[in-house]
Formats: sequence, C-alpha cells, structure tokens
Amino acid sequence: MKAVGIILAGGSTNRLQSLTARRAVAAMPLAGTYRSIDFSLSNMSNSGVGTVAVVTQYSSRSLNIHLSSSKWWDFGRKQGGLYLLNPTITPENAHWYRGTADALIQNLDFIKERHEPYVIVASGDGVYKLDYNQVLEQHAASGAEVTIVCKRMPEVDTERFGVLQLDENNRIVSWAEKQTDDPHGEKIINCGIYVIRRRHLIQMLEEAAREDKYHLVTDMIIPHLSETKIMAYMLDSYWNNIASVESYFACNKDFLDPQLRQFFFKEYPVIHTKVDDNPPAKFNSSARVSNSLIAGGSIINGSVTDSVLFKKVYVGDRSVVKNCILLDDVYVGDDVVLENCIVDNKARISNGTHMVGDPENIPILS
Amino acid sequence: MKKQMIAMLLAGGQGSRLGALTQGMAKPAVAFGGKYRIIDFPLSNCVNSGVDTVGVLTQYRPLQLNSHIGIGIPWDLDKQFGGVTILPPYERSGDSEWYTGTANAIYQNMEFMEQYNPDYVLILSGDHIYKMDYEDMLARHVSAGAEATIAVMPVPWDEASRYGIMITDDEGRITDFEEKPKNPRSNLASMGIYIFNFQTLKKELQELSTVPNCDFGMHVIPHIHRRGGKLYSYQFNSYWKDVGTLGTYWEANMELTDLVPEFNLYEEFWQIYTSAEAYPPAYIAEGGKAESSIIGDGSNIEGSVKHSVLGANVTVAPGAKVRDSVIMNGVTIGEGAVIRKAIIAENAVIGAGAHIGEGIFATSRLDPRVYNNDITVIGAGSVIPENVTIGKNVAVIGKTTAEDYPNGVLESGDYIVKKGGRA
Repeated sequence: MKAVGIILAGGSTNRLQSLTARRAVAAMPLAGTYRSIDFSLSNMSNSGVGTVAVVTQYSSRSLNIHLSSSKWWDFGRKQGGLYLLNPTITPENAHWYRGTADALIQNLDFIKERHEPYVIVASGDGVYKLDYNQVLEQHAASGAEVTIVCKRMPEVDTERFGVLQLDENNRIVSWAEKQTDDPHGEKIINCGIYVIRRRHLIQMLEEAAREDKYHLVTDMIIPHLSETKIMAYMLDSYWNNIASVESYFACNKDFLDPQLRQFFFKEYPVIHTKVDDNPPAKFNSSARVSNSLIAGGSIINGSVTDSVLFKKVYVGDRSVVKNCILLDDVYVGDDVVLENCIVDNKARISNGTHMVGDPENIPILS
Repeated sequence: MKKQMIAMLLAGGQGSRLGALTQGMAKPAVAFGGKYRIIDFPLSNCVNSGVDTVGVLTQYRPLQLNSHIGIGIPWDLDKQFGGVTILPPYERSGDSEWYTGTANAIYQNMEFMEQYNPDYVLILSGDHIYKMDYEDMLARHVSAGAEATIAVMPVPWDEASRYGIMITDDEGRITDFEEKPKNPRSNLASMGIYIFNFQTLKKELQELSTVPNCDFGMHVIPHIHRRGGKLYSYQFNSYWKDVGTLGTYWEANMELTDLVPEFNLYEEFWQIYTSAEAYPPAYIAEGGKAESSIIGDGSNIEGSVKHSVLGANVTVAPGAKVRDSVIMNGVTIGEGAVIRKAIIAENAVIGAGAHIGEGIFATSRLDPRVYNNDITVIGAGSVIPENVTIGKNVAVIGKTTAEDYPNGVLESGDYIVKKGGRA
C-alpha cells in the first residue's frame, strides 16, 4: 500500500450533549451494532492500508475498549497494524493535543518513521464507504499537493462544516469554515478526509510547529489555498457526520433503509466491527415490531415502531416505543410509552413511564 | 509445562440421523439456535470451566468445522500453550487407519495429549446442547479418588431403555451398567462425558489397542469395571438435549422461543461463544411480523414469522409466512411463500409462492429411520422453484427446478436428491 492512515478520533463536541459526556464522538454507537469509527477504520482496512494510527484524546477510554483488539478490522499484523496515539508527556512536551495539527506534530516521529509515500488523514466520526485508492489515484493524476474528500449536500447546517467553492477543475478556491450566516441551499462541504504526500505533510507540520499553529484546516490549509494546489475529490455515495443530536438521530434512522444497509454491510467490501457474543434477538408472543432494527441480545414484548434498538435492549409488556433510538443494554419496563427519544446505554425506564419528546428537539434520557 | 486437565472433543461423526443437515458437514458443525453451531456448546463449556486446551477430533466432512473453529479466537482458545487444535486422522508408516471408534480416535492422539502431561483428560462429544461446569465434575472425580468418572443424567423411567444406564451405589460409585436395558435397574443415563486419570486412560488404551472399533462405552469402561477399577458417576441435573435426530433437533430449537426458555441463552453467566461475523441488527419492515421467534442479525423480515428460529441474514419477502420452522443463515424466502414445520439449511432459496410442509404425514420413501415425523428438510444451498407445493416429511437436496415437481407437487414422504447431493 502506498499510504499510511491516520484517523483523528480525539475530538469532543457539545452538540451531542450528554451522549458524549462519557464517550468520544468516534465511539458513538451507530446502526445498532456499529460504532462511528468502524466506518473509517474499515475503509482503511478494505483499501489495503496496512498501518493505521488512531489519534485519541477526549474520553478515550470508550474508544480504547472498542479498539482493544485490532483483529476485527484485520489489523492484527506483525508488520504494520493498528496504533493508538494517545497524548503523552515527554521531556519536550507537556501539552494535550491543542488541535488537529498539534496532534500530528506531537506524533511527527511516527509519521517520519513510515516509508509509505502518502498519508490519508480521516476523521473518526464520518459515516461513509470509500476506497481510498480512488482518492490516491486522483491525487497523483491531478498533481495536487493536498486532496480533500468533499460532498455536495442539498441542505446543510453550515455551522458544523467547512463550505467550499471549487473552480471548474475541482480545485478548492475558497473555504468558509463553520460560518453561521451562510444562506441555505446546496453546498459543497469538507468531509474531513485528506490525502497528502508524506514528505509534504512533514514539511507543513514542521512549519506549523515553528509558528505555534495547531489546526490542520484553519492554519495549514485555508491560508494556503491561493498558492497551493488543493483539490477536491467528490464523493457521490452516502456520507454523514453524526456530531450533533439531530444528525445522530437522523443518521441512525437512515439505516432503516434496507438499501443503505445493503450498501454498507452486505456489498463487498463491508464495514467491520468488534464481534460480540449476543444471542439473536428474541420476539415474544406479544411483540409488535414495524420498520425497526433490533440488535442481538434484545428481547421484545411490547410494540416497537420506526426505531433502532441496539444490543441487549429489553422492552416490557404493553410498552410502546416509537421513533426512538435505544442504545445498548437499555431496559424498558412494562406499560411504558416512549416517543421521539434517544435513550443512552444502560438506562432503566421504569414501569409506566410516559415520555413523548419533541421531534424537533430530541431529548436524551439516561 | 503441564496442564491439569485437557479436553478431547470427538467431532468426527456424521450424525446420519440428521439426514440432509449433515450431507455436507459433520454433526457438530450443524447450525443451532439462530447463531450457533452444535460444537459451540461443549467448546464454550470448556473455556467457561477453565479448560483451555482442547483437541477437536475430526473425520467426517471437516471443512465447515475447520473454518468455524479456525485458531479458536471466538472462544479465546488462540493460546501460546494450549488452545484449540484440530486433530484429523493421519497417515503413518505401516499401520495407518481412520478413527475406527471413540477410544481408538483418542488412542491415535496419544502424542498430542502427552505434550501437555495432563493429570486428567476430559472426553466430550459434539452432539449435545447443554451448559455444564466440567471443573465441578473434576472436583467430584478428585474427591472420590476415581480412575474414571462418567457424567450421568436422570431420565424418565419409561425412556431409560433408550440409553446406556449406570447403576450406582450410595456414594455414586458405578457398580454395574446396561446398554439400552429392557427392564432398567436405574434411570441414570450416561451423557457420554468422561473424565479419566491420564495414566489410567493411557494404560487402558494401550491394553485395548488391538480391539477393533475401540469405543469408550463398549470397551474401555467395561474393561475398567471388570478389573474392579474405581468408576464414579457425576450426576447432572440441568438442561441437556441430544440433538441427534431431526425431531429432537427441531424441538430443541423450538424450545428457545418459549417465553422463558429452559435453556436460556440470554443470561450473562455462562455465555456461549461462536464464530460469527458482524452484521447490522435484524430488521422488521412495516407490515412484517415477528412473534414467538428468535431472529439473527442481518435478517430482513417483510413477511410474517411465528414460532420459528431464524439465523443471520435471512430474507423473508413480503407476504411470506414462516411457521414452526428452523431457518438457517442466508436463506431467502420468496414473496408469498408459506413454510410450515420445516428445517431449511444455509443459503437455500425458496421461490415465491412455494408451499412447504402442506398436507398430512406419510412414511418416508427415502429413509424412514431418519425421516419419521412431519418435519420437511431442505438441504444447504438447495433451490425450490416458484409456486410448487411440498408435503410433510419430505427431503429436498440440491438445486431443483419446476421439472422436478410433476404437477407442481412433491407429496408427503417423498424426496428429491439432485446429482451431487447426498441423503
């Protein structure tokens, strides 16, 4: 493989409210049996990237547990494999990662010691399927110094994304990073996946280090758009980012579409995740389930509609769950009504609870 | 280095009474409970009991078993010293032979056992669904000062004549035994699970090495008994199910759908491990139904499923009905198809509008010893064309087309075994 992979999974966000109080965004459970980092990690593995570093910082324990064995993504190798780059104190440095670029600067040794000509930097919270070889090919063919995976989005919350303008050759000519006053309409946004020649990245990082710059996008890319050839690779398949409650809820519900599950989980190459030991889902005689995903280990007695139930969820007698996301190990007692809610893992909803959330402002129960 | 106790798991038998289910794989590899294979139960019991060295003896059609076990990762049996080892029969200079009996198979792997210099050897078979703590059995074996201990299970008196029966004294010492007695003197049935002192086992197997088809129940145990050796019983009082026939296999699967199953897979304690891939959750579509059933990950249910066990990645198309059936991984059931009391093995494709399990029971024309109840069995990878009607107690193996069904019907008791398929 011509590239080494780096997955930036250290970020936090307050847009996910209490859901990320105890876990990194990259460790957010998705689609019933997966976690968000599985997508980037599987794309790396499926693209033949043999060496991948995951940069962690915020609430890294949740992520470390998920990545405790690299074998699920086929990274258990003598050569290469999966590296976890946690912030660490050295004689030269006593700082946390102060930004995405700083995280790479603090691990410059790792990048320098590799031999692959390219580096693929991806975020740990994107939901997509991509053969990075295609990006590498375009990168080499276009003579770009940096290639950035971009997606045309019909309607998008510009506060959360970088919005780009391209010229007729897909070169990025302007970049509005997380602006509030952008009018609605179709936008081209940055998906947070960068391909760059390794030696060039090292140069850029060394320069940033000298100038005490810490941010990949705002310090190392945006200021150089005019003199550097930074190209867009247009992704035309599904892409989503789950870093807000609304998008997290919506993204999970997207997986109720059989075609999307087919695309991610049945069409080769598929997205991998840590394998568990749960028995199949059990539907008792009073179960009424419609348009819902029910993961292994779950036991259903009541009614479940338009919902995603993660592993080992229990739904009691006569309970009604509608338009909800119930994370791992949620216990829903008898005679409960839950509508338009996200229930965090291990929460116990006691008998008779009645909770109908505002669909415009989904509440999180824990 | 040594191990206190190692396990030898006999997994080489065909299990011919499972008919079409074992046409392509050994019985221990047959799928069970929507996710597992039969061998997962003794293997998981081993690791849960602290037995971390297991030899799996294979012979009949081992491909599925080999790929299922691999290097033992799902059971944490990928170990530096010990772990799981597949032990197929092998050629020697001079006297090569297949495994000719249970004890003969163990005898041929003496070298494997000696590597670990164990004090005790646990002999297991891959035919049963149960959760058992072998450590407890070992404690009993040691405290009794036994040379060999046989796990026994009380069975209803009227069924005792179907089993190997152990007669014991008050201390649990085995004083006599009878194979399928007409008038049983005890209701303690042998479960085919033995703990031997390794030195006893070694000596016995060497002494009996010339006995043809040397078997534990038929030769080794009687031999120890005759010389007055110390044989003890270990009584087991929990769920234990032989799934060696189509009837008991179907029944054991169906029991899992009970409101509170006697054999509970949903307890945290004593987990059963298996080799499975990661899939998205099961999906029940709008208009789909799932009642009194267990449904594996990755399945898409648009039709209606009732009182059934479905494996992973099963598709039930709109309008299809599945009742009282065991459907294994990757099966596709077409629109409007109706399945009643059937066992459909891996990756079979049931055409739209096909009806399976219709009509009334008729004696099997294929093999009444195997097919003797109203369950219809469709072999792995078989294809059933659209709109045909298949009766009860039928076996279909292979990719069939409409021409195989005169008037679109396969009567109860009938069968189709296509070229290459084996009953």
